[in-house]
Amino acid sequence: MLRYAKLLAIQLRASALLSLQYRLDFFVGGVMSLFWTAAALIPLAVLFQQRETVAGWTWHEALLVVAWFNVLKGVLEGGVQPALQNVVEHIRKGTLDFLLIKPVDSQFMVSTSRFEPWKAVDLLGGLALLGWALWKLRVVPSPGALLATGLLLVGAVAILYSLWILVVSLAFVVVKIDNLSYLFASIYDAARWPASVYRGALSFVFTFVIPLAVMTTYPALAILGRLGPEQVLGALGGALAFSLAARMVWTRAIGRYTSAGG
Amino acid sequence: MSSSAARPRLGLLRAIPSLMRVGFAEAVAYRAEFLVWILATNMPLIMLLLWSAVAKEAPVGRFGEAEFGAYFLATLIVRLVTSSWVIWDLNFEIRQGTIGMRLLRPLHPFVWYAAENLAALPMRAMVALPVAAIALLWLGAGQLNPDPVAWAIVPVALIGAWAMTFCAMAMIGSLGLLWESSLSVFQLWLGLYFVIGGYVLPLELLPDWLYAVVRWLPFRYLLSFPVETMLGLIDRREALGALAVQWGYAALFLAGALAVWRRGLARYSAFGG
Repeated sequence: MLRYAKLLAIQLRASALLSLQYRLDFFVGGVMSLFWTAAALIPLAVLFQQRETVAGWTWHEALLVVAWFNVLKGVLEGGVQPALQNVVEHIRKGTLDFLLIKPVDSQFMVSTSRFEPWKAVDLLGGLALLGWALWKLRVVPSPGALLATGLLLVGAVAILYSLWILVVSLAFVVVKIDNLSYLFASIYDAARWPASVYRGALSFVFTFVIPLAVMTTYPALAILGRLGPEQVLGALGGALAFSLAARMVWTRAIGRYTSAGG
Repeated sequence: MSSSAARPRLGLLRAIPSLMRVGFAEAVAYRAEFLVWILATNMPLIMLLLWSAVAKEAPVGRFGEAEFGAYFLATLIVRLVTSSWVIWDLNFEIRQGTIGMRLLRPLHPFVWYAAENLAALPMRAMVALPVAAIALLWLGAGQLNPDPVAWAIVPVALIGAWAMTFCAMAMIGSLGLLWESSLSVFQLWLGLYFVIGGYVLPLELLPDWLYAVVRWLPFRYLLSFPVETMLGLIDRREALGALAVQWGYAALFLAGALAVWRRGLARYSAFGG
């Protein structure tokens, strides 16, 4: 366990050094994140100019969902996606083998191969938006609500990460980096909206198949104190099941991987 | 005896069918990727469900449930038919140095990329057609523009949208010869395209001041303008004006792409490197 922690620290340090090398990227990345936060609010703002509530959510409540979306996006793009792109590149070049022969768990190895620390700007932007929306709503979250939100966020990160593991497993079949990360982003993007907006089949898909609702809408409800303990536990159980399933798919995918040159 | 000036031009004409054949074969060979790409183009469908759920309570502007349905299905069709990916190829080949292979050949790489791109069109049309059929069956022809002249504009607008997309991508991609971060410029471009190109909402729903600005920016002409023409959201006269702006932008981007390419090439030194 200690060995893994040490390894993680080394990988993080390497990534930080690497990103400091490209200072312009660092700066551009930060400005872009802020720009995105603002631009992504346009459709929502247009919508709420027409009505007071949409699917039972007011403007400021919906902003809570957007805020968690941003926080998780920071985690996704800073901590999860860079490594994804790396793995797909490794698969294409046939250099994945070098990662696989190392005497550590293959999933750990590929998951920590690269980070992009400056995406923390997204995370901070999300938290700022969260604070603002809560202030506007005049809501001070209770300790219980905060605990529930925290737990749900852990679950959300687990789901996000598992989704990513599933996408990488897919990369063994479909070898092109840009499309895959684009697919991932396009699915995740639906989490920007409160889940109750989606109806019918899509609502089922986003709750049970790709649990987007659990990722952003539940934490928003939790911080408002509107989520019962059984829903929190259910979401956490779902996240756990999802992670285990992703782990299983990964082990199978890596088992069938015949390396490059074949 | 042929003059040496006429020769490359003749070669170009002869090369294009072969390039198209190669491009088509590639499109077929990478069908799994193609499928991923189609799946990734799901945003109009999500937006469709989202906005029509909202419109169920009351229409937004002049958009009711059916209008939103028609709008986003048309968006999907336009996107399927006009998109391009030259920037990914350019970026990849510049970084890997394999672009040198293309430089050795007598054709301008842009011609080559364009041919590869267009060759995939039959396959993409095959995906777009069912969408169009569903849209027609589900929503009826009442949502379509009744003006036949407008329908004569539509194909030109679609070609214009493709040309703009292609040239802008070639321009930004060529920046990669000069500067490592061309992809982040493109991310910015893509984001603007989504938000103010008409991908996530009909542009006329934007606040007036923003709509006035957006009408002069290139993004509307990549996506929203052909859609607006197909659905009769703008009249014939307005569509013709928009067409002029669109093709103006396409020419501008082409000139820009060629200029950046030439400057970049002078600085590029990664042959075989």
